[in-house]
Amino acid sequence: MANYPASQPTSQRHTLSVLVENRPGVLARIAGLFARRAFNINSLSVSPTERPDISRVTVTADVEEVPLEQIIKQLNKLLHVLKIVELDSANTVNREIVLVKVAADAKTRSDVLEIVQTFRVRVVDMHPESLVIEATGSSEKLDSLLALLDDYGIIELVRSGAVALTRGPKALSEKVLGSEIKGR
Amino acid sequence: MALPTPLQAFSAVPKGPVEKLTADKHIVNGEKMTGAQAVIRALEDLGVEDVFGLPGGAILPVYDAINENTKFRFVLMRHEQAVGHAAEGYAVSTGKVGVCIVTSGPGATNTVTAIADANMDSVPLVVITGQVGVGAIGTDAFQEADMVGITYPVVKHSYLVTRAEDIPRVLSEAYYVANSGRPGPVVVDLTKTAQTETLYYTWPQRMILPGYNPTTKAHGRVLANAAKLFGQSYRPVLYVGGGAVRSKATEQVRKLAEITGAPIVTTLPARGIVPESDDNVLGMLGMHGTVAATGAVQQCDLLVAIGARFDDRVTGSLPDFAPAARVIHIDIDPAEIGKNRAVDVPIVGDVATVLTDLIPEIVRDQAINGKPDLDPWWATINELRDKYPMFYDEPTDGSLAPQWVVQQLSDQADPNTIWVSDVGQHQMWASQFIDFKNPNSWISSGGLGTMGFGLPAAMGARVGFDKPVWLIAGDGSFQMTSEELAAAFIDHLPVKIAILNNSVYGMVRQWQTLFYKNHYSATNLLDGEAREGQTVGVGPDDIVDVPDFVRLAEAYGCVGMRAFTKEQATEAISKANEINDRPVLIDFRVWKDAMVWPMVAAGDSNSNVTYKPGVQPLKGSQN
Repeated sequence: MANYPASQPTSQRHTLSVLVENRPGVLARIAGLFARRAFNINSLSVSPTERPDISRVTVTADVEEVPLEQIIKQLNKLLHVLKIVELDSANTVNREIVLVKVAADAKTRSDVLEIVQTFRVRVVDMHPESLVIEATGSSEKLDSLLALLDDYGIIELVRSGAVALTRGPKALSEKVLGSEIKGR
Repeated sequence: MALPTPLQAFSAVPKGPVEKLTADKHIVNGEKMTGAQAVIRALEDLGVEDVFGLPGGAILPVYDAINENTKFRFVLMRHEQAVGHAAEGYAVSTGKVGVCIVTSGPGATNTVTAIADANMDSVPLVVITGQVGVGAIGTDAFQEADMVGITYPVVKHSYLVTRAEDIPRVLSEAYYVANSGRPGPVVVDLTKTAQTETLYYTWPQRMILPGYNPTTKAHGRVLANAAKLFGQSYRPVLYVGGGAVRSKATEQVRKLAEITGAPIVTTLPARGIVPESDDNVLGMLGMHGTVAATGAVQQCDLLVAIGARFDDRVTGSLPDFAPAARVIHIDIDPAEIGKNRAVDVPIVGDVATVLTDLIPEIVRDQAINGKPDLDPWWATINELRDKYPMFYDEPTDGSLAPQWVVQQLSDQADPNTIWVSDVGQHQMWASQFIDFKNPNSWISSGGLGTMGFGLPAAMGARVGFDKPVWLIAGDGSFQMTSEELAAAFIDHLPVKIAILNNSVYGMVRQWQTLFYKNHYSATNLLDGEAREGQTVGVGPDDIVDVPDFVRLAEAYGCVGMRAFTKEQATEAISKANEINDRPVLIDFRVWKDAMVWPMVAAGDSNSNVTYKPGVQPLKGSQN
């Protein structure tokens, strides 16, 4: 039964990998669909793939099963969408990247660096008053890192959407028919 | 060449000099022609017989390519919205794809209402719009509008064509996509660059649609499950929607009702799919449906949705809709299944194909397990049917009862008549009181409820068929596209127009009466105030009705008549039925306080349907 907005506090995180034709306007169609159907999504990232004719959209959303099914069905109606897979978190590598500028002077710098070391992330810029830290990982890991850094004062922060791949030797695009999309 | 402007530098569309057509990169066999000529040729090769349109700057090359040798008929309309609606009327009545050709900018945006309408009602359209040249895209050029962007939410698919050589393939794809799976509108935005460049035309074209594979056939297991549910149900109902009409499933629906004994209720677009005279047909359900249809659905134990989508005008309050029913949902669009109502047996596929496969399954199941006894169920239904037939109140002001007018039109009409309605009270009365005899003989704007749909859609239907077309319109909705009378006269489309003129926006007024304490805000049109014995005109003793529909019709070369009384009405109708060389319009002066009954208030439970004020026959009768 219709249950929008689909997100509820108890909803589980789902990750969808959507293979789409690499063409202008595809992202607008997908984003527009989410907007007009009132689908609440968490993150969305788009990138080229191993095949030049295919782009991969990774969507994460905290939704119940039934609205998730609607999202998948509605996405499938877009002609530029080739394949949609809901990734099983147990069998998936899931990563985000964050760049964070933390206030760190001579007094606090060593404390911050200790956190950096513990989390095995990298410092990419150092200034007498600040550090820029680059971290990749699952969104849980980044959340706990940011929570710790928060005490020192986060000056600026930018974070990507999640990208994800299934484990093992198979590619999602294997199941997409031919590579003739290049024809246009 | 000058340096690109900052905007051009960021543009995704290639802006450089046009590449020469060379054998290694482009197709160079076939007949050489311009993109515009290829548009016309491709439409001919697709078998298109009729095209609706209106020219303009950015589509001029295509219009230049239309000439006396062109194999399709071109119908010039007077407004682009009407172009779209005419193509819809054509598509619904003929089952073919409606094709439109309009210009860029305002021409294109004017069609958006019709595109949205077609999208809601799953009408196959190919809308070809002009677009400024590739180099001008994104510069806010004269008559530039991002048509593909504007129509994202309301199309099945859309194309921006920047190269001439793509035209034959894109049109093949557009035509196929519009007409297959769940039908819908496809926009082809054609840049002037693509129209004027040359290509080598070949036919047929190979379509490249890797992401489009509509399912048409259901697999065996769900069919067996569905058959089993029929065998266990003592109160089944077939809830038939527009999808069954698009799929031409009349025979299958009739057969299914025959072997299962289940009653048929229809949505608005499916009126007439099985003739009203068939004993299994209970009429329309929902907000203005019959008590028998709405009541049967509320009390059923098995609801079989056939090409229907559980629209709110059908279901009323969703949690209270058919509360005890298990649901079989047959639809070609998987996204409709489970969208509004949880389903016990989902069947994705073309309605006609699915029913053809399902019927033998049911016969087999009945042979083994026997057929449930539906006599008590029919007794319940027949009681509702006998006790609460369609009725109407006689006017108290000496005007005509609009429902009576509809009945007269229906009684006197040729049995092959195609009925078209506009949107409003008259639309509901038409669907309630016309004795539908054939499938595809009812054309109306359902999902979007577009006032102004009627006249152009009627003209489109008349283009498709040499049969009588009656349009039932309201005085309000008719004025939204009345300019099309010009095209109807000049292009020899002798449609017959019945305006149920109550001088107000009747449906809005009905809601104002019921829910807004008779505050008639902005609903008086003052175009039908004169009564019998009074004359309409501008003289000192005349009643000034603006517009005077009779003189409006005459100004457009059509025949205009006015009826205040039953005698005048019957006479006018029989006269109109005789006239077949030009459009006829009858201005029926009807009662402004006439209301559409039965009615379920928006959002209320269908069990609270009001048969007439004070009578709620289904209340508390929940099984």
